[in-house]
Amino acid sequence: MAETGATASRNRRTLILLLAPLTILLGVFFLIPLGIMVVYSFLEPGLYGGVEWNWYPYNYGRLIGWPLNDYEVFDPIYLKIFLNSLQIALMTVAGTLLLSYPAAFWVASMKGPRKSLVLFLVALPFFANMLVRIYAWLLLLRPTGFLSTLLESTGLIIEPLDLLFTNFSVIVGMVYVLTPFMFLPIYANVEKLDYSLVRASRDLGATNVQTLWRIILPLTAPGIIGGSVIVFIPALGNFIVPSLLGGSKVQMTGNLIERSFLQSRDWPFGAALALLIMAFVVVLFSLQFSRQSKSEGQGTR
Amino acid sequence: MDGFLQIRSATKMYRTPEGGSIRALDDVTLHIRSNEFISLLGPSGCGKTTLLKCIAGFEDLDHGDITLTGQSLTRIPAHRRPFNTVFQNYALFPHLTVERNVAYGLDVAHVERKERTRRVGEALEQVGLAGFGARMPNQLSGGQQQRVAVARSLVLKPKVLLLDEPLSALDRKMRESMQIELKSLQHSVGITFIFVTHDQEEALSMSDRVAVLASGKVQQLASPKEIYDEPQNEFVANFVGTSNIFKGKVIAKEGRTLTLKTANGRELAVASDRFGVGDDACAVLRPEHLKLSGEARDRAIKGTVTQSVFVGSEMHLHVDVGLGRTAVVRHRHNKGSTEAAYGPGADVTLYYTPEAAHVIECKGA
Ligand SMILES: Nc1ncnc2c1ncn2[C@@H]1O[C@H](COP(=O)(O)OP(=O)(O)O)[C@@H](O)[C@H]1O
Ligand SMILES: [Mg+2]
Repeated sequence: MAETGATASRNRRTLILLLAPLTILLGVFFLIPLGIMVVYSFLEPGLYGGVEWNWYPYNYGRLIGWPLNDYEVFDPIYLKIFLNSLQIALMTVAGTLLLSYPAAFWVASMKGPRKSLVLFLVALPFFANMLVRIYAWLLLLRPTGFLSTLLESTGLIIEPLDLLFTNFSVIVGMVYVLTPFMFLPIYANVEKLDYSLVRASRDLGATNVQTLWRIILPLTAPGIIGGSVIVFIPALGNFIVPSLLGGSKVQMTGNLIERSFLQSRDWPFGAALALLIMAFVVVLFSLQFSRQSKSEGQGTR
Repeated sequence: MDGFLQIRSATKMYRTPEGGSIRALDDVTLHIRSNEFISLLGPSGCGKTTLLKCIAGFEDLDHGDITLTGQSLTRIPAHRRPFNTVFQNYALFPHLTVERNVAYGLDVAHVERKERTRRVGEALEQVGLAGFGARMPNQLSGGQQQRVAVARSLVLKPKVLLLDEPLSALDRKMRESMQIELKSLQHSVGITFIFVTHDQEEALSMSDRVAVLASGKVQQLASPKEIYDEPQNEFVANFVGTSNIFKGKVIAKEGRTLTLKTANGRELAVASDRFGVGDDACAVLRPEHLKLSGEARDRAIKGTVTQSVFVGSEMHLHVDVGLGRTAVVRHRHNKGSTEAAYGPGADVTLYYTPEAAHVIECKGA
């Protein structure tokens, strides 16, 4: 008894020692900057960047469109941009999901070297610079670009098609960049799906559609949820894709944050915007988590 | 002829990864009766699962056809065939409770709720799992999962239940009690069970009839007793139970009694209606039909014990009978008896009655 107690405390000490580097790393490079951001978001912006150490809650007021001076009126422009970002992020999740889900089954059904090759190809884009890859889409989507010329030559359209600088072009770019992040978790899930369950479902009289809804989707849901999360978060905060493929016409919150820090040098407002996105994601996740742990609790009862 | 489920000249080829092809089923013809418990018995890889999949509709035949009461099943997809399968690994849906698992087939058929509840309750009761409905599959023992799989199939009232080595994952005690349960379940629901197994004891003890398969071919289809007592060929004789096989040539015939001369000049008397003088034939003698004798007898086989294995109820003696052949003898010993112990090196004489020997054709004798 006494001995196991000693072992347990020794184990705990080892564990603390092993976790120390990570804890320090997270503390120094994550929690402290986060704290600085929270503090800054309540301070007055300095004239040429930086902050004035005055209590200044108006950053958040501005966020929701509150007029700051007498000549301003209530205008929730930043909220609109946030909602548009949300929409683009959700469409990106939908797009990557539609591409990845069937593809995962297709790849999982492959054998041997072909499968390894395809998996390698999925990871291949990671080796090329993202800026270059998005720039390529600029060339494809512009009015004199590949897509427009192709459609024109087939006679499907008469005038050059300007796809660039629209929500559509931004979504295309985002889907392109983020698809591997959706594909891999879904693939990992589909790969270990027990095919005999599908056969059992068919055997019990279910049609293919019923089998998909009742067996395959529920069993691959963890992959879908995981993929959606790791696509949604970077999509919501992304600023490279919208600034290249959205130009000045498509604004996303990511662009706003980038501009607040680098161009208008309004650090407190940038911090407030960044915290808005973060708060949104955190709330979303805690909802998901509490739902998940509830259903798991039911399962193991 | 009962034309319930007929499999005619069924042939199924699989492509191997190396580009070749193998015949998993080779001209299989089986007539399966209604309400019978039939086993497909054979070594691993002989095509049992393939045959079951073809019956269930998960695989198409390359050749031949399957009919149910005269109607071809070729164009009927798996989910519309009145058969259900109990899979080797049970294949219970891990995200559904026992009750939802059993209700699954009724759910997808949109059976009305009251009837569904009633039938699910009935099915769970039938397999002795009433009260387990709310559990998840991973909260059940192997034997219980097995029962859920059976209930899930039976609730749909299929015409045939297909079982693919359903007991192979259970421990011996559990397996034996499930054997009895499955058999009595088949009796009470009154449908055909097609039971796949590689365990010959299991097949013999449970079945009305046994089909022995090897390398995609049916070797013999008969009652368990017939399979054991009158195996059709060497494969069946060796695969089902233990056999001592003596190859020889018929040198004399007197009524039903043949005299078989083996390669080492030994003469064996056996009884058979077939075969004539000059034919090659094999005599199959089960271990329990060989008796030990201290004194010399007519037409006895002399040998030396090489090994004796004590298995509890009896001794298994391996006896060298010359030319490198070993015969297995079961010897029931009596507690407290003073008869000589048959240890290795003991000289023994084996005898048998000619009627106990079964004679089959020899391949390449
Ligand atoms: N999908 C498949 N592709 C290729 N070969 C297969 C496939 N399924 C089974 N086989 C081969 O067919 C033969 C019979 O297999 P199976 O019916 O599963 O045997 P059993 O169930 O009697 O052990 C084996 O040689 C096996 O390797
Ligand atoms: Mg098998």
